Parts: sequence; C-alpha cells; structure tokens
Amino acid sequence: MDTVIETRRLTKRFGSFTAVAEVSLQVNSGEVLVLLGPNGAGKTTTTRMLASILPPSEGEARVAGFDVVTQAAEVRRRIGLLTEHHGLYTRMRAGEYLAFFGSMYGLAEDEARRRGQDLLEQVGMPDVIHRRLGEFSKGMRQKLALVRALLHDPPVLLLDEPTSAMDPASARLVRDSILELRSSRRTLVVTTHNLAEAEQLADRLAIICQGAIAAQGSVQELKRLHVGPPIMELRAAGPLDGALRSLPADLKMVAAGPDWVRYQADAPAQANPRVLAAMAMAGVPVVTLSEVGRSLEAVYLKVVGSPAPRGEE
Amino acid sequence: MQAALGPPRSLIPGAWIIARREIRDQMRDWRILVPIVGLTLFFPALMNFTARQAVDFVGRYDAPIIAERLIPFLLMVVGFFPISISLVIALESFAGERERLSLEPLLATPLSDAQLYLGKMAASLLPPLGAAYLGIGVYLFGLWRGLGWTAPAPLLVQILLLTTAQAVVMVCGAVVISSQTTSVRAANLLASFIIVPVSQLIIGESLIMFWGRYTVLWFIVAALLLVAVVLTRVGLHLFNRQELLAREIDVLDLRWLGRTLWAEFRSGASTPWAWYGGVLRRTLPSLWPALLLMVLALAAAFVVGVRLAPQFVLPLDPTQLNSLPQTITLQLQRFGLMSAEGWWWILRHNMSALALATVLGTFSFGVAAVILLMAPTAIVGYLAGSLAMAGQNAGLFLAALVLPHAVLEVPATLLAGAAVIRLGLAAVSLPRGTSLGESWLTALAEWARAGLGLVLPLLVGAALLEVFVTPRIAVLLLGG
Repeated sequence: MDTVIETRRLTKRFGSFTAVAEVSLQVNSGEVLVLLGPNGAGKTTTTRMLASILPPSEGEARVAGFDVVTQAAEVRRRIGLLTEHHGLYTRMRAGEYLAFFGSMYGLAEDEARRRGQDLLEQVGMPDVIHRRLGEFSKGMRQKLALVRALLHDPPVLLLDEPTSAMDPASARLVRDSILELRSSRRTLVVTTHNLAEAEQLADRLAIICQGAIAAQGSVQELKRLHVGPPIMELRAAGPLDGALRSLPADLKMVAAGPDWVRYQADAPAQANPRVLAAMAMAGVPVVTLSEVGRSLEAVYLKVVGSPAPRGEE
Repeated sequence: MQAALGPPRSLIPGAWIIARREIRDQMRDWRILVPIVGLTLFFPALMNFTARQAVDFVGRYDAPIIAERLIPFLLMVVGFFPISISLVIALESFAGERERLSLEPLLATPLSDAQLYLGKMAASLLPPLGAAYLGIGVYLFGLWRGLGWTAPAPLLVQILLLTTAQAVVMVCGAVVISSQTTSVRAANLLASFIIVPVSQLIIGESLIMFWGRYTVLWFIVAALLLVAVVLTRVGLHLFNRQELLAREIDVLDLRWLGRTLWAEFRSGASTPWAWYGGVLRRTLPSLWPALLLMVLALAAAFVVGVRLAPQFVLPLDPTQLNSLPQTITLQLQRFGLMSAEGWWWILRHNMSALALATVLGTFSFGVAAVILLMAPTAIVGYLAGSLAMAGQNAGLFLAALVLPHAVLEVPATLLAGAAVIRLGLAAVSLPRGTSLGESWLTALAEWARAGLGLVLPLLVGAALLEVFVTPRIAVLLLGG
C-alpha cells in the first residue's frame, strides 16, 4: 500500500509552548487514521500542519507525496479540510457557496454545482442547493462543510472534530457520511475526543496527549497491548458443573458462574473451537460464545491518565 | 491517485474569486447598501443644492471666488464620503472572517497569500469606489443642469485620482490592521491610526483647495500612491496563515516581549566584550545599506540648504561679522560652551533629538526620522551659503564652528538614522515566517545595540569636543 501521509518528528511551538512534540505518523492509501486525544492535546495543530496552514517548527511532513512546507500549494490542492467549526457564509445559497469553493480549485461553476448536487445527495440533502445557508441546522451545516471538503475529489481528507458540539442525531448523520467515504483510494485523518466515534471510524488509532503520540495501532492492537488479550464468555443452556474440568488445561479461566465461564484467549481462532469441542464432548449445549467488550475507554485512560489541563490549541 | 485540481495560477483571476464573493455578499447586507446608496444619490444631491445656494448667495455680494472654490471642494467631499465606507469593510475583511470562524477553510485552499490578500483588498475597495464615482457623477450632473457648470478636465482627473488614492491608502492600512487583529472590535480601535491622519489630510486638502493651489494636489496624489504601494507591500509581507489563525495575537505578553528583546539585544554574548564584538561584527555591517541612504540624505540636505540661501536671504550685519574676532570668546561662553553644564546640555539635546527621530521614524517607515535628521545639516548648508553670499569665508567658519565636533556627531547621526530606518522598515521587510512582533523586536534590539554600542559613545565624544575643543579652535581660527 502507498504511504499517503508521513510525518517525522513533527513539532510545533508557539513561543515557549510546545503544542505538538515530535509526532511521527504514517497513513496508507485508503486508511482511516483517528487522532484521539483530550482537548488541547495538539490534534487541531497537527491537522493544520498537515493542511499546510501552519508551518512546523521542527520535523517534516509529506502529504500525497508533497512537503507541507516547500510544496504547500500542492498539498492544499490535494486535501479536503473539514474544520471543527463549519465556517459557512450564511448569506449565501448552498449552490453558490459550493461554486465559490469549487472555483478556488479550478472547477467551473456548472461543474462545481453538479458535483455539489451529487455529493449533497450522497449525504442525504438532495433538495438544499438553492437554500440559504443561514436556514440550515447545525448538522446540515456540518454536512455541507463536508461536501465542500469533498468537492474537488481530494485523495486526502482531514476531518477535525467533525461531530463536536453536535446533538447525537446530527452527529450520527455526519458519522454515517464519513463512513461512506471510506474507499480504497481516499485517505482520512479524523481527529476526535469521542471514544465511540474513534472506535467506529478508525482503521488505526493514534492517541495523542500533551502534544505527543502516546500510543498508536489498530483498535484491537491497542486493546491487546494495554488491557491484555481478548476475554471470551461462554454461556451454556444448563449448569456447567463438571464440564469445566473438560476444558483444555492451558486455558486461563478468569471467572465462572453456574452456567457461564470467562477465559482469556491469546488466539481466539485456535482456542474457541477447542472449547466448543470440549463442551460438545461433555454434552453441554452452548447458547453463546462471544468476546467480552473491553472498552476503548479503558485503553484511553490507561494511556492518557488524567493529564493536567493545558492551554487551548 | 487522482489528478489534483488547482486555482487560477495568475494573480488577478485568483484574487477576483475572493473579491467577487465578498462584493456579492456586501450587496446583500443592508448595513452596507443603505449608506452606499445614500451617499451616492442623496448626499451629492444635497451638496448640489448647497453649491447652488452658495452661488446665489455670494453672487448677491459680488464674491464669486467663494463659489468658484466651494464647488470643487464639494466635489472632493462628495467623492470622499462613500469611500469612507471602504474603511469599515476593510477592517472587517480578515478580523470578521476570524470572528465568524470562516477563515480556516479559506486558508486551506490552494489560493496563494497574494491572491487572498489582494482579493480582500479589491472587495473592500471596489463597491465604495464605484459609489464615489457615481456620487461625483450625480453631483456634476446636477451642477450642469442647475448652473451650467462643468468641471475642468484637469480638476476632474485630479479629484478622481485623489479619491482613488485616498481609498487605496485607507483600504491598505485597514487590511493590514484587520490581518493583525483577532476581532472586529480590536480592528476598529486600531482604526484611529488611519482615521486621524486621513482626517488631517482632508483638512489640509480643503485648505489647499480654498487657497486655490490645485497643483499641490498632484503632489498629494503622488505621495498617497507611494504610501499605498508601501502599505500593500507591508500587508503582503505581514500576511501569514499562521498569524491569522493565532488566537493570542492581541494578547500583550510582556514576559515574552522582555525575554525576546533581551535575547536579541544580548545576541548570545556572555561578556560585555563579546557583546561589543557582536555590535561591530554583526550590527554595524547590517546597517550599511541604510547608512548609505543617510549619507545621501544628509548630503542632499546640505546642498538644499546652500541653494535656499539666495531665496531666503539672511540679514547678516557686516559690522557684527567683522567684530566677531573680538567678541567670539564672549559669544561662545554665552552659549554655555567651555563648561560641564554645556556638555550635558548638548548631549541631552542630541539624545532628545534622536529619541524623537526614533519615535517618528517608527511610525513613518523611517521617513520622518530622516527628514528630522536632515534639518540640522540643511541649516548648516543654509548658513554656509548665507555667509558666502555675505562675502565671508564659509569654509573657515565651517572648519572653526562645525567640523571639530562634526567628526563624531555626523557619524553618530548617520548610525542613529540608519538604525531608525531599519526599525521603521521592520514591518516592510520582515523575513518569511517571522511575525510582525518578532521582526519589530529584532529591529528594536538592533537599534538599541547600535544606540548603546556606537551612537552614545560618539555623542558623548561629540558633546565633549563641541564644548571644550570646538570653541578653542573657533577662537584660534576666527579670533583674529
């Protein structure tokens, strides 16, 4: 897979304050990287550096093959940025607004309106192109901002807190739209402090804390690394009693009840068939066998702890 | 990976994208439309009425000159009022976008800094300027219909150029302010730096027009266009995506100021000797271009002074000049020379003059400082010219009364002037990626290094020479 975004020891200082410290990331084509961290962790600053809006103080970053400092215009052509605040011009109509942004990417007005209409349909707002933006709800505005970011069909999307300060229904609408954007050719970097959102969207997750990357990997990898191997729970139709003795000896049981048992499985693909076979041999009907949910919150709190509040990003 | 789209490569089409949207937006805002329409249609009609009443009134008392002067003056006023709106729009240009949080998406587009900046400028400039031209048209049409008066072509061109130049200057200044503030409120507060000088300018132009010296207006047009070019350059230099997004831009961080200034002043030196070595090795060479400018300016001032002597003849009394050899010692003592008090007075006077030059130069890109420092040289030139016209040996007078301490005082003036020029130009020539504050503090530290390390010792020496050596040489050469 191609590496689309690569940063090496990316650092940003504002005076004596270090907002981002030596962040090294690699995001491949078609991948969704979620930058997860508390407010003021350096997520927005990192995004702005990737968008070639802020120059790094140290380190380097390449986006879509271009250096964010020396080839800033090339980078900006290839990214779509959804800012935390939609920043729409409320006196404009949706079509007019999209044509304006399209023209900045060299799109003719008709073409921008056509693409805009297609994208509006994709995000579930097919009839708004002639409406004034001032009439839009918060969720609609954020979705329109998403359409703005997608208008020039950028290979890289940077979504900064796309659902922050939105009501659950609007947030879900926007999240669903983002999920639909996942494709093999588009790379997404999403910043959020919403754990459920991070888990839902991320192919890979980077937890950023006090400007530095504290942990990164897939959600499963992070869980395994920070809260141990998966825990499986088996529930039977009746009492387990002696059946527990027939379970493989190398299986580490962590808890048990009259008709259920939990065990740690380093490799569930190998362990689970052996457990099911043992139950069948013991004549115990199995109702369910599932992984016990280990929350990302546990990982997050273990990695981040409760950091002292810092200045705003 | 799909091909990337891009904005128009050339400057004007890119800037026009920004300008067109903003102009459309303004045309939907009644707060902008109402004053533009009012000042375009109602106000010129009112001025027209005023002009006709004035012509009737002064005609009765056979004083047509008042009307002759009033009509062009009102023409200028009719043009100026609509362009005053450009200031409001321009002040809002960046600060307003920042307040509405709509700036970041704009900064993330591939438009260049110059395209964004000039687009904002054009959007602030074009509607009020169009309204001003229309207002002038309405006013002239009314005068033609009512009085049969038509503006002479040179006057019309002059007023149109003056109106345009004033609008450009106000917009350039306001866009610079807007790009350096985080709120419209802060931008409005800083707008007094534009409103006060422009008000003074309008008063001056009014006096010139009532005086009937229309030729002077050409110089004002030229000066305004020059200022507009400088301000545009300043704005383009200051336009910085990072600064525009920085929230702490308005916050006065005295600790940071102090630390940065001290670090720049010390420039890494740990001992006074190392610091002084740095002054000689780094500060002095960095002043060379400005020093050259100062040398040329002072030379020009001397020549101008000499050439002014025949135009403004100094009434020199030959008997007093001839009795100078007998009275020179007394005259010098009367001026406080040859005493410690005189030394301190001269040093304090010279330092005050340089301090004033620094303050003036800081706010005028160095121009006012250079003019102020040229004045003494021009006076010396004028006196030399006057003495030569009176049949005296001007060279001898200069050698006796000026040259001994000028050996140190002139280099001190040149160095101080050069440092002030660099301080004044800090906003125009700041390196990429450097904020205005950082650039200005660096220039201020350089000014302080030059002042303390070079200018002050020279001034102390010059004052000592002026008080204790110059008088003796003067007595020797002129004492008969």
